[in-house]
Amino acid sequence: MSSVNLDQNLNTAATVHAAEHHDEGEHRLFGFIVFLISESVIFLSFFVGYIVYKTSATDWLPAGVEGLEVREPLINTIVLVSSSFVIYFAERFLHKENLWGFRAFWLLTMAMGSFFLYGQAVEWAGLPFSFTDGLFGGTFYLLTGFHGLHVLTGVLMQGVMLGRSFIPGNYDDGEVGVAATSLFWHFVDVIWIILFILIYVWQ
Amino acid sequence: MTDLSLETAPKREQPVPGEPENWRRFFSFSTDHKVIGIQYMVVAFVFFLIGGFLAMVMRGELITPEADLIDRTVYNALFTMHGTIMLFMWTFPVLNGLANYLVPLQIGARDMAFPRLNAVAFWLVPVFGVILMASFLVPGGPAQAGWWSYPPVSLQNPTGNLINGQFLWILAVALSGISSIMGGVNIVTTIIRMRAPGMTFFKMPVFCWAVAAAQTIQLFGLPALTAGAVMLLFDLTVGTSFFDPAKGGDPVLFQHFFWFYSHPAVYVIILPVFGIFSEVFPVYARKPLFGYHFVAVSSFVITGLSAIVWVHHMFASGTPGWMRMLFMATSMAISVPTGVKIFAWVATIWGGKIRLTTPMLFALGGLVNFLFAGITGIMLAAVPFDIHVNNTYFVVGHFHYVIYGAAVMGIYAAIYHWFPKMTGRMYYEGLGKLHFVLTFAGVALNFVPMHFAGLMGMPRRVASYDPEFAYWNVLASLGGFLLGVSTLPFLLNMISSWIQGEKAPANPWRAIGLEWLVASPPPHENFAEIPTVVSAPYGYGKNEPLIASQASTELASELS
Repeated sequence: MSSVNLDQNLNTAATVHAAEHHDEGEHRLFGFIVFLISESVIFLSFFVGYIVYKTSATDWLPAGVEGLEVREPLINTIVLVSSSFVIYFAERFLHKENLWGFRAFWLLTMAMGSFFLYGQAVEWAGLPFSFTDGLFGGTFYLLTGFHGLHVLTGVLMQGVMLGRSFIPGNYDDGEVGVAATSLFWHFVDVIWIILFILIYVWQ
Repeated sequence: MTDLSLETAPKREQPVPGEPENWRRFFSFSTDHKVIGIQYMVVAFVFFLIGGFLAMVMRGELITPEADLIDRTVYNALFTMHGTIMLFMWTFPVLNGLANYLVPLQIGARDMAFPRLNAVAFWLVPVFGVILMASFLVPGGPAQAGWWSYPPVSLQNPTGNLINGQFLWILAVALSGISSIMGGVNIVTTIIRMRAPGMTFFKMPVFCWAVAAAQTIQLFGLPALTAGAVMLLFDLTVGTSFFDPAKGGDPVLFQHFFWFYSHPAVYVIILPVFGIFSEVFPVYARKPLFGYHFVAVSSFVITGLSAIVWVHHMFASGTPGWMRMLFMATSMAISVPTGVKIFAWVATIWGGKIRLTTPMLFALGGLVNFLFAGITGIMLAAVPFDIHVNNTYFVVGHFHYVIYGAAVMGIYAAIYHWFPKMTGRMYYEGLGKLHFVLTFAGVALNFVPMHFAGLMGMPRRVASYDPEFAYWNVLASLGGFLLGVSTLPFLLNMISSWIQGEKAPANPWRAIGLEWLVASPPPHENFAEIPTVVSAPYGYGKNEPLIASQASTELASELS
């Protein structure tokens, strides 16, 4: 009598479990969005700090520094912002179950992200001031460095997702990791646009 | 031969799921929210005892006006470590533990949304605990800049080492922040996405509402502190000039970053305690929670307001007049949603069939203490009064009344209330009541005199003081030692009851709630069948079932 009841319980438990596993991916994406919102507050804090310093500091630019060169960073910006569209097309290909199309555009996104990082490194190497050169030097390297760290994280995440696309059947019913990576990439892009306006446009 | 050596090799013990008697699971990387909840609470309590010990050393120093017991630098390190431990290693983890244990049970989920992330978040607690404790061993000793670590004091590095007390302090706080963000993402996702069928937001127990509101604060507040801490770390280690006024930096900006999180952090602590009060009063007064909707929503009103009050910590930091006026108004506005709650709790108890069990006593004591702390809080929000008592013992007395008088007493109430559920054993009522009497008396004796000393002008964070303050300090020190003693009956009660207490039934308090429908302790994955909720919580005296097919679920809980 009681064992029959138990069996029934186990059966319903099993079906419920299957349904719960289906939801798990959506939970992850939701949790990731919550995390990104939280993460954006760090950037917001740095931005506020930058604005406060820029508007109130007595010695803003270090001695001998006139301002920042905008041309190369602008090229970098265009590449990074365009990569947001490229990654969108990669996602569309995955949605249409065209894995090679996905991989091609995904790889192109990674290349553009890497180009951005390279351009950033070249710019850093050519600058006449360092991290410890006053408030301008500190905030400049803090903001671009913290953002660069996010770009690097994004490229690494993309690499993992690319590798996982070669596991047969792995992306059959969509992939939360791909969606999350793509979302992260858009986030990094939006942050860069604000950063570019604050640091390079508003001089 | 090889076979033999294989047999004699110790087998790797894995915690067996669904085997509640296996105590080893508490020392494993378990992903069960109930195990993690208890892990959080026990580790936090160990740090509570350490932090309390440091406090008693300080009270020992302050029992005489002269600095005679310990060196002044040691005293500075003690108050810094005491504050840091009590906030980052006791109240946050213990409340995270309660939320971990209770939220999935109360909303009808099998576990948290991200069980592995949950375990990682917990195991960071002992890691940063050890890092903070290790600062006692580095040259120069622990950080001495107080728990708020204001620059330029916190940027001094007298020993010149890279690994100094302040460095370890920042590292520990940053790791604590990472752990809390993980917990916040997990708990918010769980509450929003994992509720059982029929468990709408307005059928959710107020504890879950309060926890969601508190964790929302963690998510938007902690990143600001992290940003400030990162900049402070760079100032301290590589010599940037963000907060160093000698190099053109702005130390007040750090205060903004710090308090933007650390004032709301008080609500991260007190909101779940409000949730505990809202759970405990209806059970022991046998009445539905008065004004459930208002109590539930007021938590989020507090969350919203908490983001725009932080400058009241900085009225004396050269803050412009308009900012003082603005933040005085917003700070006082906090008393509206908290007043709603206090009114609702009093109305809940009013005319109820009150049972003065230990959890009820602690909740009532916590309510009284919170009212007192709230009144001194409104006094402090007023700019002229705040300037008068700024950095005196009045402030110390106020926030200890909030943290110990209200929050810790509420946490004790929760531990006693859910102890039968967590352990499957009843605690000893007599020891519990003794614990309550000692705690309540200790709080009053320790923290009321601080208000008087503060009004007379005694500054905080000093190892020696003018003899005119001696009377109040002797009383406060006696209260401090009494609070130390008060933990002894609690520890005795918890340990002996867990080992050999009377077996607890599924619902010893005749309480209404999903967690009381399952066995004590609950089986692995909590519910044999996910319940369908059909009525609002706290249906005391209404005689209506909480879930569809309640009878069959009760049968199932008896089976397992």
